[in-house]
Amino acid sequence: MLSRVLDTVIVLLGVVTLVFFLGAVVPGDPVDVMLGERASGADREALRSAMGLDKPLATRWLSYLSGLVHGDMGTSLVQSRPVSALIAERLPATLALAGSAFLVIVFLAFPLGLIAALHRNAWPDHLAGLFALLGQSIPNFWLGPLLVLAFSIWLGWLPVSGSEATGSLILPAITLGTSLAAISMRMLRASLLEVMSQDWMRTARAKGLGVWQALWRHALPNALLPVITLLGLQLGGLLGGAVITEVVFAWPGIGSLLIDAIGQRDYPLIQGVVLLIACSYVVLNLMTDLLAGLLDPRIRA
Amino acid sequence: MSRLPVTLLAAWLLIALAGQVLPLTPNEIDLEQLFAPPFSAARPLGGDELGRSLLDRLFTGAGISLLVAGVSVSVSATIGTALGLLAGYLGGAVDRVVSRLIEIFLAFPGLLLAIALAAFLGPGIGNVVLALSVMGWVGYARLARNQVLSLRHRDHVLAAVALGRGPVAIMRLHLLPLLLAPLLVEASYGVASAVIAEAGLSFLGLGVQPPQASWGSMIREGVRYLLVAPHLVLAPGIALSLVVLAANRLGDGLRDRLDSRLSRTYA
Repeated sequence: MLSRVLDTVIVLLGVVTLVFFLGAVVPGDPVDVMLGERASGADREALRSAMGLDKPLATRWLSYLSGLVHGDMGTSLVQSRPVSALIAERLPATLALAGSAFLVIVFLAFPLGLIAALHRNAWPDHLAGLFALLGQSIPNFWLGPLLVLAFSIWLGWLPVSGSEATGSLILPAITLGTSLAAISMRMLRASLLEVMSQDWMRTARAKGLGVWQALWRHALPNALLPVITLLGLQLGGLLGGAVITEVVFAWPGIGSLLIDAIGQRDYPLIQGVVLLIACSYVVLNLMTDLLAGLLDPRIRA
Repeated sequence: MSRLPVTLLAAWLLIALAGQVLPLTPNEIDLEQLFAPPFSAARPLGGDELGRSLLDRLFTGAGISLLVAGVSVSVSATIGTALGLLAGYLGGAVDRVVSRLIEIFLAFPGLLLAIALAAFLGPGIGNVVLALSVMGWVGYARLARNQVLSLRHRDHVLAAVALGRGPVAIMRLHLLPLLLAPLLVEASYGVASAVIAEAGLSFLGLGVQPPQASWGSMIREGVRYLLVAPHLVLAPGIALSLVVLAANRLGDGLRDRLDSRLSRTYA
């Protein structure tokens, strides 16, 4: 358990280092972004030393690291405000989107997985399989416009984009959740099928339990563990997928903040958002592992 | 295994190659054909917001996605397999370093690493290939390492060691051939994700630059005209999804075949 936590710390350190060096070896110069390319040599030098860019790479890495430890992610080149403040403003929108998409995953994956496993190789199973295949093959940036076309333009039920109108969260959440729901559904189906073929399931039926009772009391608890692990992974994956989904729907979260920052070459802001998403992903994975260990003592050993 | 995935992928290959040979005019602006509906003589799939031929742009986009997927999958499979082989067979410090690297690269969910790389490298097709290769090697490395860990104590490997074969020869002659089948499965899924990733980066404006056509940039430009001309988004999206679907199905089919062969041979 402790070594797992220690591993995570090392990985986090590696992630920070990777993101820092990406920014350090960038072909463009942050000074160009702030002063424009026609600024005089003296001005550039002054700004470089004020920003600490003239110091050796190792020194800069150390000061970036110690800044992060104190919650300081640097200052935006374009807006001259702390990166952490810019991210904090946008984070609630992304969390709302990711949370709703997580609900979409749960409400799609569980019923479909259950039905598919119960009707193995019959038409409900094939239908669920088709959903899984389509869900995995249709990328967010195409599913989003398709849903807008169907529900906003043709049917006129839901707003096209933005976050002000009521119901504006529905289409982004479905867009973000569907592909991950497809993977969870496949996993739950496979896991249930394996559990249902066990001897003790036959025993449960033989002692007089109905299909649903046996399923509810014996099969589901045992089939759930791999699915919980997967859901934990997907919670972090949602943050990654949110970037494209937010751009599709002009959703004002950290994903669209990242893409705007890339357009303006606001390197510290890019690094901040990328770090936040990657580190949340790593920490969520750790928490999922620990939870799985709590639920299944065999894993802890 | 059904023939459909193979047929679809062959069609993709053929269309991409045809795009190099046929006299296409994907960037020819013709205001007469502005938002021309599909099935007209001059614009068989319709015209876009500048009257450019959607069909010609679709062909060009097939070439871009094939080029990016082909190169990035080859590069990342080669590098990943080599690193995974070394880590799995040599163990020790090499394995620790490679395993840590794998964990660090796995910390970036979805397209995040590719987006970050493209952000710092700048747009352009070469940088997209670079970004996808840097992102993609991990899967192959993990697969190769895990396979080698279970293969290295097989009798034929031990026999080769006893006969005095060097580690390079053992990896190349006695381990690599056994890795090829699972790597092929991984590579078909890899093609699917590379095609999505290239289109995704181009959709975000971080990939292929205008006026060059890519399926992703076509969707990006078409989204603004969803109300008047939905075919601008539908056509490239259908092409994209068919290729991804076919590559995913091919991976599933190959995996099933491999599984049944494995169970027949070793059970």
